[in-house]
Amino acid sequence: MRDNVNSGIDTAASKAPVRQKTNWGRLFRENAVTIMFVVMCIVCLAFSGQSLSYVMYELFGRLSRNAFIVLALIIPIVAGMGINFAITIGAMAAQISVLWVIEWGVSGLPGMMLAALMTVPLAAFFGFLIGKLLNKMKGQEMIGGLILGYFANGLYQLLFLFIFGNLIPLNAPGLVIKGSTGVANTIDLSTERGFKYALDGLWSMPFVEATHLIFAVLFLVVVVMLVAKKIKTEKALTYMGIMGAFAMLLQIPAVASVFSMVKVPMVTFIVVGVLCLFNTGLLRTRLGQQFRAVGQNRTVANASGINVDKVRVIAIMISTVLAGWGQLIFVQNMGSFQTYGAHEQVGLYAGAAILVGGAGVRKATNGQAILGCILFHLLFIVAPPAGKNLFGDSAIGEYFRVFISYGVIAAALVMHAWSGIQKKKSAKEALTE
Amino acid sequence: MSAEYVLEMRNITKNYGENTVLSDVTLQVRPGEIHALLGENGAGKSTLMNVLFGMPVIHATGGFGGEVLLDGEATHITSPHDAMTKGIGMVHQEFMLLPGFTVTENIKLNREVTRRNPVSRLLGRNMETLDMGAMSSAARKALDSVGMSIDEYTRVEGMPVGYMQFVEIAREIDKTGIKLLVFDEPTAVLTESEAQQLIRVMKAIAESGIAIIFITHRLDEVMEAADSITILRDGKLVTRLDKEKTSIVELAEQMIGRKGEAMVSVEPRAVPQDEVALSVRDLYVNMSGEEVRGVSFDVFKGEILGIGGLAGQGKLGIPNGVMSLYASSGEVEIFGETLQLGNAAAALKAGIAMVSEDRKGVGLLLDQSIEDNIAFTAMQVKGEYLTKIGPIKLKNSGAIRHQAERMIKELDIRCFGPTQHSGTLSGGNQQKVCIARALTMKPRFLFVSEPTRGIDIGAKKLVLETLVKLNREMGMTIVMVSSELQELRSICDRIMIVSEGKLVDILPPDASDADFGLAMSGIKPDEHK
Ligand SMILES: Nc1ncnc2c1ncn2[C@@H]1O[C@H](COP(=O)(O)OP(=O)(O)OP(=O)(O)O)[C@@H](O)[C@H]1O
Ligand SMILES: [Mg+2]
Repeated sequence: MRDNVNSGIDTAASKAPVRQKTNWGRLFRENAVTIMFVVMCIVCLAFSGQSLSYVMYELFGRLSRNAFIVLALIIPIVAGMGINFAITIGAMAAQISVLWVIEWGVSGLPGMMLAALMTVPLAAFFGFLIGKLLNKMKGQEMIGGLILGYFANGLYQLLFLFIFGNLIPLNAPGLVIKGSTGVANTIDLSTERGFKYALDGLWSMPFVEATHLIFAVLFLVVVVMLVAKKIKTEKALTYMGIMGAFAMLLQIPAVASVFSMVKVPMVTFIVVGVLCLFNTGLLRTRLGQQFRAVGQNRTVANASGINVDKVRVIAIMISTVLAGWGQLIFVQNMGSFQTYGAHEQVGLYAGAAILVGGAGVRKATNGQAILGCILFHLLFIVAPPAGKNLFGDSAIGEYFRVFISYGVIAAALVMHAWSGIQKKKSAKEALTE
Repeated sequence: MSAEYVLEMRNITKNYGENTVLSDVTLQVRPGEIHALLGENGAGKSTLMNVLFGMPVIHATGGFGGEVLLDGEATHITSPHDAMTKGIGMVHQEFMLLPGFTVTENIKLNREVTRRNPVSRLLGRNMETLDMGAMSSAARKALDSVGMSIDEYTRVEGMPVGYMQFVEIAREIDKTGIKLLVFDEPTAVLTESEAQQLIRVMKAIAESGIAIIFITHRLDEVMEAADSITILRDGKLVTRLDKEKTSIVELAEQMIGRKGEAMVSVEPRAVPQDEVALSVRDLYVNMSGEEVRGVSFDVFKGEILGIGGLAGQGKLGIPNGVMSLYASSGEVEIFGETLQLGNAAAALKAGIAMVSEDRKGVGLLLDQSIEDNIAFTAMQVKGEYLTKIGPIKLKNSGAIRHQAERMIKELDIRCFGPTQHSGTLSGGNQQKVCIARALTMKPRFLFVSEPTRGIDIGAKKLVLETLVKLNREMGMTIVMVSSELQELRSICDRIMIVSEGKLVDILPPDASDADFGLAMSGIKPDEHK
């Protein structure tokens, strides 16, 4: 019986699939946003007149403080909730925690840890509320989130302008300016009450040494995995090859000098690495599979018994908490933040960065987040001087910064639509090549 | 366990608002039998199954009356998930698969095989790691048992619909402890050979002791597969029959409530082949699963041309390509004028209308009323059904209502009135709304793609008769695409068969079965001789 059962469908099977080949045109179209940014970065770099070693120094600084928060976007994107304002809310939670930690005068690493601890219930609670609200407007998350974001910002201002410092007095010097209402415009972490560089300052190393150390550790990991048969031999060899080649490259003085100014804040990057592992690991769990299923099609997910609303709330909660921590990493590096603006900015930049890396509104990976972060910030570093050199006006450079961050989100969305249209055009080409 | 019936639904009553869609319906299914559930479009079959699965729509609209017994014990099924844990599985009328997931991931969705890890010990099952190896070998087993040789790592996206159906079945079979499986019109999207295979698979499943409820409009399949039959009409139980003691004719009569009529048949005639209505040259269409690879043909004015072929061979791609609903290239002329491909509005403006096979996708605006759906394209494309007050254009509700009521009557759309949301119509009645919308365009040229898929025999006859009437009385040129050869032969003047995306042959409707069979497998009959 098996034989004729099979024959019924096999005839169709052999005819159905369409051949797939590497199609450069298609590859280009699908990554148009990223490629455009690479080109822009190279052009601006050439015209900026900045030395490579300075650019690298700036870049690593920015990476260490921003990568974490961009990585926090992956889970909600995969769960189909788009790039939403949970990041902003998470940052607000972190800022509230920072304010109180300074008020209590817990400084240094203990201060940072306390703030991180406080952020968890706050951000989780906010995330829970957002999740519930977003569940009420499924499909309109992007626009609904925008409006909710404004509303949340209003509440935040109410809290910082009116409640803190007035109804609830604050005593730490510098938090409230005498004679005015509400919390001061900037909150300074570099005083003896703050925790500037609490994480970055723990352990930092020059770039070349740091890479050697990291490679050594990774090498060990690969070897252990190879012995435990958790990884294929070819794959292990490729990894080792890449690391070896890179290490060799760094032996060349010219290459090493590019990184001469870079000091790697080891703990911060380890934390970022752990978050990458967390994202990958989480997506490989039952819960991760639920995120992906819900992200693709809620009806189907629901029919298979997944509690769609609950999964979405969990995704947002994870994202807000991570974003809160990300904001802490950011402020400990910066040493101060704009009380009333820092959270807005961080949400916008994180969204733009991940889009630049080639993520879509529904698909995102660690690699895309990191790549996007690098390209976005690279452009940020080199665009203003390039603007100045080309047009003789530093204001143009400033203008460029703002333009980039807003423009990128719009451009990425338009280019997504555009690559969709392009895909349609060449039916014959697609079928006959 | 020794209850006579695995499932008994007693005196089920369901109202949607004012409307009673099920009243006092009883359904009984024995272990290991195939039980067919029959009824016209809108008779309440899907609704009865929604009750069985505790679907959210049922609870959100006030629940239902009556009781449900599993293995003789009264139960309350609160959600689809609850139904699953109680051993009831469903193969849906609309596909419930995730396109971005592999076959394995779909089969194992929310029932993943996992390994414990340190985190999961702390935070619970949701944190367990997926065991892809174990998952895919389980998927392999399930696929084998439905006779599918497809690779379990293939992504569902772009798979032919027939495959998806079998993947769904494999998923249900893979569930442990399943004792009842519901198939809601599983054969509607399948070719004949796939449908045959499906019936074999169903029989094999039933033999293993799992009961099956089988909803279909194809009565010959019922006679072939079912052990017993329940017939609904207008939400009421008509009768429960044993297969042994009935016939197709009796089933048809019981469903419709009047004497069954034969299929439509028209006088063969010679259509003058002097004026070309549509000329297609070198058409390529990139519609996944239905690619067209270089097809050229002419449609003569005033004829009904049929397009047939097996599923996945490109027959659906042709109308979708000409209408620019999918990426297409080639040269198309309509009544002597060049038609720009890649612009769907141009095709509509040129007087071509299409009834799509994809009701849910491009076919219907599900959250709009029937009347808005009917008038939508005519309003958008031709600017009809609008009243102009100065520069402002307003919807002419009166004219729309009038047209909708006419269409509801002519096509016998079973609904509570022109303002009912089309999403709440039964599957077959949604199809009729699509046809009504195309007709409202008053097209010169009409594509109908699978017009009778999922509609009952009474409605099928009505639709085919309507097509003939449009053709004979209004001189409309029609191209009909269908998987049912019988249907093509009953009303078409010429029938074109495609295979592997290419035109094989154009045959007269009275050509022999053998000629059609050969053409469908890609062999031109005269080559063969
Ligand atoms: N959510 C809903 N709200 C209101 N009415 C509904 C809803 N769902 C279904 N109905 C109505 O219930 C009736 C029965 O529909 P049902 O889908 O059960 O028919 P069916 O027998 O499955 O038909 P088909 O063969 O066409 O699929 C129809 O008249 C339909 O309009
Ligand atoms: Mg139905």
